[in-house]
Amino acid sequence: MHRKMRVSLSSTFELAGGPGCTVEVHAETIQQMMASLVDRYPDFQRLLDRGVAVSIDGQVFRDDWTQPIPPQAEVFLIPRIEGG
Amino acid sequence: MGHDQKYVDKEYKVVGTRFNRPDGVEKVTGKARYGADASAPGQLVGRILRSPHPHAQIVKINTKKAEKLPGVKSIVTCDDMPDLTGGDQGLADILENCMARGRALYDGHAVAAVAAVDEQTAAKALKLIEVKYKKLPHVTDVDEAMSESAPVIHDRVFTRGVEPAPTKPSNVAARTQMGHGDVDAGFAEADIIIEKSYKTEQTHQGYIEPHACLASVNPDGSADLWVTTQGHFVFRNVCASLLGLDIAKLKVTSSEIGGGFGGKTHVWIEPVALALSRKANRPVKMVMARDEVFRATGPTSSTSIDIKMGAKKDGTITAAVADMRYQGGAFPGNWAMLACMTAFACYDIKNNKAIGWDVIVNRPKVAAYRAPSAPMAAFAVESTIDELAKMVGVSAIDMRLKNVAREGTPAPYGPTYGPIGIEHTLQAVKDHPHMRAKLKKNQGRGVACGFWFNIGGQTCTDLNISVDGTVNLTLGTVDVGGSRSSMAMIAAEELGISYDQVRANIADSSSLGHNDMTEGSRGTFSSGMATIYAAREAIGVLKERAAKMWGVPVDDVIWENGQAIATGEGHGNLPPLSLKEIAAKSGRTGGPIAGHNEVTADGAGMGFASHICDVEVDPETGRSTIVRYTVVQDAGKAINPDYVEGQFQGGATQGIGWALNEEYIYGTDGRLQNPGFLDYRIPVCSDLPFIDTQILEVPNPLHPYGVRGVGETSIVPPLAAVGNAIANATGVRMTHAPMSPPRVLAAIDAQENAG
Repeated sequence: MHRKMRVSLSSTFELAGGPGCTVEVHAETIQQMMASLVDRYPDFQRLLDRGVAVSIDGQVFRDDWTQPIPPQAEVFLIPRIEGG
Repeated sequence: MGHDQKYVDKEYKVVGTRFNRPDGVEKVTGKARYGADASAPGQLVGRILRSPHPHAQIVKINTKKAEKLPGVKSIVTCDDMPDLTGGDQGLADILENCMARGRALYDGHAVAAVAAVDEQTAAKALKLIEVKYKKLPHVTDVDEAMSESAPVIHDRVFTRGVEPAPTKPSNVAARTQMGHGDVDAGFAEADIIIEKSYKTEQTHQGYIEPHACLASVNPDGSADLWVTTQGHFVFRNVCASLLGLDIAKLKVTSSEIGGGFGGKTHVWIEPVALALSRKANRPVKMVMARDEVFRATGPTSSTSIDIKMGAKKDGTITAAVADMRYQGGAFPGNWAMLACMTAFACYDIKNNKAIGWDVIVNRPKVAAYRAPSAPMAAFAVESTIDELAKMVGVSAIDMRLKNVAREGTPAPYGPTYGPIGIEHTLQAVKDHPHMRAKLKKNQGRGVACGFWFNIGGQTCTDLNISVDGTVNLTLGTVDVGGSRSSMAMIAAEELGISYDQVRANIADSSSLGHNDMTEGSRGTFSSGMATIYAAREAIGVLKERAAKMWGVPVDDVIWENGQAIATGEGHGNLPPLSLKEIAAKSGRTGGPIAGHNEVTADGAGMGFASHICDVEVDPETGRSTIVRYTVVQDAGKAINPDYVEGQFQGGATQGIGWALNEEYIYGTDGRLQNPGFLDYRIPVCSDLPFIDTQILEVPNPLHPYGVRGVGETSIVPPLAAVGNAIANATGVRMTHAPMSPPRVLAAIDAQENAG
């Protein structure tokens, strides 16, 4: 069993609990967190398809799902952005 | 091999100095090969027939007469580009944008294409293609498109992000909301509240080189594409998906690029050229005319924005609300969402809310333009903050410093900021001599701030050491701003050799693993990281070879200043082996020496900037002249300061053009009235003073050298900096960009008439 962690959603994302909610999952990497969210909230796959990036303690990770999530880290899901 | 991407503070020998770019000689002598500079035996000329209507049903396309014209080798319509997108709506939109499918959605939308033996025949063939249109009602204005009475462009679009979910389609693709706190409570705390509305017009990236490509598809399904692009690997994947080709069989080579700024991140003519070539079984070259670039590529959004802000008498902003409408052209986009994420990002505002509306209109499909969506939001927010500062009675800079975001501030899009540099840039602006320079009659000074995220992404790099000790660095990120020089400097720094021993090249899509687009200010951040890791891998090989040459354990070998040094007992009398000496023996010690890296670069540091603008306004004509301009921006670490300054200057220049002159002008007929550089006025050298720059270096903790992206942020503040300067010069607040002479004159006259 992975460590319990809290993940907050940017207010543009909505899961059970309304926009901008915070949920608890068990994970120690981004990959595990995403899998746990899809497992628990099947609708989360739609958000993933639209593009989700992960902020861990203020550093944004768009693509690298191997990143470890430190204990007590602030984790936010935000829209995955591109640029010009 | 795992690598530690954490920033390490150290002294540099090569990084941070200034070198000429490796592509410089070819560019100044005219030898450099751009998109239109390729040719192939038997090549045909490809041309596109475009809709003259902003919105029309395509009842029938008759190509028979054109097909019979001698010299015409192939004609394609949407029937030759079947939908293979498998339910991927984003990809389907790209396909439909490249070639209309039953409806023309904007003036300039492609409806058919021809390949012929020469330009004249192709042009004649276009005239022989008969298209029967049924005109449909159109809408080009973002606010009008949101009204109940507007013609609905896509009956499949239901507004996302609203509750309850709508039961009727509309032109509003999505509603986004960002922010935190309680804005009502924040406004209740405020001593002063201000509300303002703004508009910005649609602008184009204005790259000098038009889109161009040479496509060649073979009967066995293999294909080549030479193209001007910001990302040939992404173009390969998209084109292969649209045309049903195997990705590995389509080789895409990126030419030199004459500007992109986001506009060359999308395919437009390339799938059409490939389809023409496949049908004709001959190479097809396509070069867009300038009017096609304006009418049918991807400009930025036009916008309509309402801002409400409240502050205490001491200047503390207690609440801020933005309601932002962005049009994305004829297809759904997420441009307003980006505005929501960036609008208040420079500030620590306890209660803030940004609402964005992504709107569909009958204009070309919007593409990214340098920090997409941020400049318009900054125009509205930064103009309002200046007004608020005047009402409170503090300076524009002190107002911003009072409310500035710092490490630990919650960002409007959710997370808490790590180390960021906005306060540093504002303090540098406050201390800058520019702020103390005297102004003359009719002149005013404005400041403004800007933010952009920056991104990383997939990157793959090879480093090969030749037998003479020179180094080939093979990159997959297209060089849009001097990155070949920066990458060569990084390789030289790591290996401990001189810059002129490294030659950096951009590989075609068959020669390296996938590289994402050069966009989002990611080139130097991502490829820089991959280059560091590839060089470190090569150093590992060099140490192994030196150990073999000496006959000592590799653990006893260190790498210092470009040479292997044997350490430990008994090795003290061994002279160091240079990279050149090790390379010369490589054939007998194990073969070629190389380093390689593939990485998903992530953790790009945010970019912040503050700008100072002095403007002189002619009260007789309303013409604004920029008399002095200074950019202060956090680069994290400037690898080659020349090119960092170049990015600062380029972004500021484009922002000034947007602020003062550039705009798409649509007639009531829904057609673009000014698709050319004579009527769409971008700044030229004689329009501008030297753009002064100051590079700040607040290291990004997640890059070995502390690099942040620098390519985009500098376009964010200029609209507001210019507007604030004009306000201080004239006493008139401009709320509509561009602030062209007629608009400024009308505003001055209106103020005088009001008494």
